[in-house]
Amino acid sequence: MDIKSMKNYLYWLYCQFELITCSYLMEPWEKVLFYTFNVSMLVMVAYTAYIFFPVHISTAFQFCLHLFGSQHENTVSVVK
Amino acid sequence: MELSAKKTFIEHFEQAPMYVAVLTFVGFGVGTVFGYLRDFMRAWGLEKRNVAQEREQQKTCWSNLHTIHQALYDFVPLYQDFENFYTRNLYVRIRDNWNRPICSVPGPQFDLMERVTDDYNWTFRFTGRTIKNVINMGSYNYLGFAETDPNALKTVAKELQRYGTGICSTRQEMGTLDKHVELENLVAKFLGVEDAMVFGMGFATNSMNIPALVGKGCLILSDELNHTSLVLGARLSGATIRIFKHNNMQSLEKLLRDAIVYGQPRSRRAWRKIIILVEGIYSMEGSIVRLPEIVSLKNKYKAYLYLDEAHSIGAVGATGRGVVEYFGMNPNDVDVLMGTFTKSFGAAGGYIAGKKGLVDFLRTHSHSAVYATSMCPPVAEQIIRAMKCLMGLDGTTQGLQRVRQLGKNTRYFRRRLHEMGFIIYGNDDSPVVPLLLYMPGKIGAFARRMLEKNIGVVVVGFPATPITESRARFCVSAAHTREMLDTVLNALDELGDFLHLKYSRYSKSSHPELYEETRFEFED
Repeated sequence: MDIKSMKNYLYWLYCQFELITCSYLMEPWEKVLFYTFNVSMLVMVAYTAYIFFPVHISTAFQFCLHLFGSQHENTVSVVK
Repeated sequence: MELSAKKTFIEHFEQAPMYVAVLTFVGFGVGTVFGYLRDFMRAWGLEKRNVAQEREQQKTCWSNLHTIHQALYDFVPLYQDFENFYTRNLYVRIRDNWNRPICSVPGPQFDLMERVTDDYNWTFRFTGRTIKNVINMGSYNYLGFAETDPNALKTVAKELQRYGTGICSTRQEMGTLDKHVELENLVAKFLGVEDAMVFGMGFATNSMNIPALVGKGCLILSDELNHTSLVLGARLSGATIRIFKHNNMQSLEKLLRDAIVYGQPRSRRAWRKIIILVEGIYSMEGSIVRLPEIVSLKNKYKAYLYLDEAHSIGAVGATGRGVVEYFGMNPNDVDVLMGTFTKSFGAAGGYIAGKKGLVDFLRTHSHSAVYATSMCPPVAEQIIRAMKCLMGLDGTTQGLQRVRQLGKNTRYFRRRLHEMGFIIYGNDDSPVVPLLLYMPGKIGAFARRMLEKNIGVVVVGFPATPITESRARFCVSAAHTREMLDTVLNALDELGDFLHLKYSRYSKSSHPELYEETRFEFED
């Protein structure tokens, strides 16, 4: 039952997408073109995120660590 | 003039949330991109051309412009502007929702001819079947006089036997029948004015008579959303036209003051005449004109008022006498009362009513009286019988019952739509109900799905409305029964959930001050 309502909800979302982007009005070959373009854009964005996300996160983490790390060293030297 | 009953003037023009406007533009953007793609394919021969285009010899030849000899034979491109682009790339895709042929009387229910298209709305063919008993929410049949009941049409049939159908002449030559005189006296009595004149066509009443009343050196102050017939009449007259914001009295007063203080543009002389053109009910918004304020402004600044009651005559007012009665005012306050018989009387034609001097002037000077064929006798008889029914002169209270039924239907329909959460424009008492759709994709989907549920609606898009505010316009009729309205409302509920049309952020409750409204208190 849950699967069925989930499927109905997804179908409704797909209909909303069709109505908002006017693909409801397009001929079949135009729809193919439009969906191909959209899907390829999404795939490219997802691939870019997959490649660069870990690198960005680790760089940001190192930067923050460097900030707090250097501060800790300074205070230690003053105290000493 | 004091109002006999203090009425609250509640109009709604709710704005949709911001994301709706953004998504509407996204939809139009995608449509435009694909429009350019299709135009490119048509220009390069990759696709069959179904559109209107110039002849080969008359095409603009871009490569020949460098030689003067060739340049003499180049023609201006005809179909490159935005209107044509929009028509061939966006309008044609949903064209099957307009110009649907009907094959019965446009009463509360009607029959449609079934129409299919094989090549995406470029051509249509009829399958031969008719779709029966479609509920009619689009016809201007406010009082339900579009009927085929033989008892009701007895006098019309008799006049048809007596006079035939053709007049074959204009009013000034040999086209004035005793039926016209009878009708004009009846119209004058109905409205409470001195005299009236009737014309064969409603649109022509406006466009042919405004040039007779104003000319060069006069000033026309016209509402932003006036009908094309008023705009055409104003342009044909040659007078100066200034536009004030829709139903906005501050804007109108500012224009009046500027006109009187500064006069005509270069000579600074006083204007020969200042005339204000307004409508009783605006058919795309469903709003009612603020008549008391306009009349007090007109009296203060000595201007004239031309009131076009095309949609409001018969539809508002306690006994159906239009906006003048709705506000409890004296018909002598309005200088020119104009209206049509197409909407509430089930006939065709228009009238202009007012003082006897005005109407006598129009009888001799109006283009329509001199050159246009007069109204045909069975149609005149239909108007006479409808008006007599409304006034109670046929001995029954049927007319008053129709007006009351229309009022009840209007209030019920609007209340239920507000409660469901749709955005509805207009005054609470107007039988024209625009329901906002906003996105171009939803226009086609809405009309087609309503037809599948056997309900016929009128949807309106870009050139007639602003580009982001496309709407479906319902016309409530006195002939609609409660069951029909409930069927329509249930279908709208379902469709509203499926298409996600319920954008209203307020739903009507017992606390009226909590929802957006405009109340205008005129301080004198």
